[in-house]
Amino acid sequence: MKGVPEHAHVPVHRNVFVRNRWLLARRTVQFAIMGLFLIGPWFGIWWVKGNLASSTLLDRIGLTDPLVLLQSLAAGHVPLTAALVGALTVLVVYVLVGGRVYCSWVCPINVVTDAAHWLRTRLGIPPGWQPRKAIRQWVLAMTLVVSALIGSIAWELVNPITFLHRGLVFGLGLAWLVVLAVFLFDLLVSRRGWCSHVCPVGAFYGLVGRAALVRVNARDRHACTDCGDCYRVCPEPHVLVPALKPRAADASVVITSGDCTNCGRCLDVCGEDVLHFGTRFAKPS
Amino acid sequence: MADESKSSDRRKFLRQCAGFASSAGVFGLLLASYSRQSEALPSWAIRPPGALPEDGFSAACVRCGLCVRACPFDILHLAAPGKGITVGTPYFVARQGACEMCEDIPCVVACPTGALDHDLREIEDAQMGVAVLTGRDTCYAVARETGCRECYLACPVKGQAITMERHQRGNGRGYFEPTVHTASCTGCGKCEQACVTEEASIKVLPIGLARHDPAPAR
Repeated sequence: MKGVPEHAHVPVHRNVFVRNRWLLARRTVQFAIMGLFLIGPWFGIWWVKGNLASSTLLDRIGLTDPLVLLQSLAAGHVPLTAALVGALTVLVVYVLVGGRVYCSWVCPINVVTDAAHWLRTRLGIPPGWQPRKAIRQWVLAMTLVVSALIGSIAWELVNPITFLHRGLVFGLGLAWLVVLAVFLFDLLVSRRGWCSHVCPVGAFYGLVGRAALVRVNARDRHACTDCGDCYRVCPEPHVLVPALKPRAADASVVITSGDCTNCGRCLDVCGEDVLHFGTRFAKPS
Repeated sequence: MADESKSSDRRKFLRQCAGFASSAGVFGLLLASYSRQSEALPSWAIRPPGALPEDGFSAACVRCGLCVRACPFDILHLAAPGKGITVGTPYFVARQGACEMCEDIPCVVACPTGALDHDLREIEDAQMGVAVLTGRDTCYAVARETGCRECYLACPVKGQAITMERHQRGNGRGYFEPTVHTASCTGCGKCEQACVTEEASIKVLPIGLARHDPAPAR
């Protein structure tokens, strides 16, 4: 241990639960949220009504997806105050916890695309089509333009997230076809193609996340051993660089990119505990 | 030298933007044409009370299903993909379960966006559709002169939306014909549900389909 700072590399016993603690937490939350929507139709316990597009919590708190509402506005409908307040509530929550927390902690399609990614890694399938990440922002802009053009909430006619969620809560129909298509796209066509490249909902929450309060930071970056584990596990690896390997030594340790989903996988895999959850104002330790 | 690389960078950037913009444009066109095709409301599906005219409805309805949950009689459904109805939008099928015309109109109250118009205060003012005697050749009252009046009895706007009008044939035989008064009919579908013939002889149709005057289609 000579020459190595005491706190930099402490070989701790990291069992399988420790190595996957945030993943387990995330899956628990994902399934719990899905469960909250399902105990109504299944057991008659109506704590939550509706679906991810709009819902009521305990018959009091209204929640509305801000992107759906934005498309509705673009389509020319001025929604009632209830929906506007609901969308604002959701926005405030995601500004606090991190925009793309929606993607990694709430969205049911995340389970599908993570499964595809797991299988793709197992089978050793090459990355395939890897378009620029910016394409999703163009898709986002296009959903608003098309909504305005056709006077309808355009993305809801294809959105696999709400197809799956609404399908599970209200009746699936052929919605499983869309879900299967996303799975196969991520498995065979494009590595992390849907969530990290195409999906305009993720792009929208990414914009929200630029102002997010809860952020991952690399405040122990001096302990980094360049093993690359975090890069390999991260769905958006480019977000790590500025905080972990900055050009200037005094650069912020906080991951500020809105693309970061706060999934916590990098915390899971880092054997040196370089990465931590904190606020956007975190300082190096 | 630096200038040159800068301008080539700029060129590259512009080319990239053009590429993105054109692929986004193609994507947009595809989405637009697809959505035009996938928006539909077949005549057997009826929107809940207070629903905006179809054009406005698809802009306003976020497909959340809160109206479905609010309905005490569970007659409303959200359209699953493959049903031939705009995906995720609410509807009911009169023959399977007609609107019970709750006085407090809970489905409208539950709608967070106003796709179901909150200005609808009296359920009797609802215009979900309009009943039409589509089967004069099958209707027991007309074709068989039986005096059946199930639709008349089922109608919640009693004696106003449907009346039994006496007619006389050339041979002197009389019969009663269920006659819909469109101004009073809410399109609830009770008559269609109650009709005793195998296929309902009286059906609720979308107002735009049933009306003959140039009133704005709903």
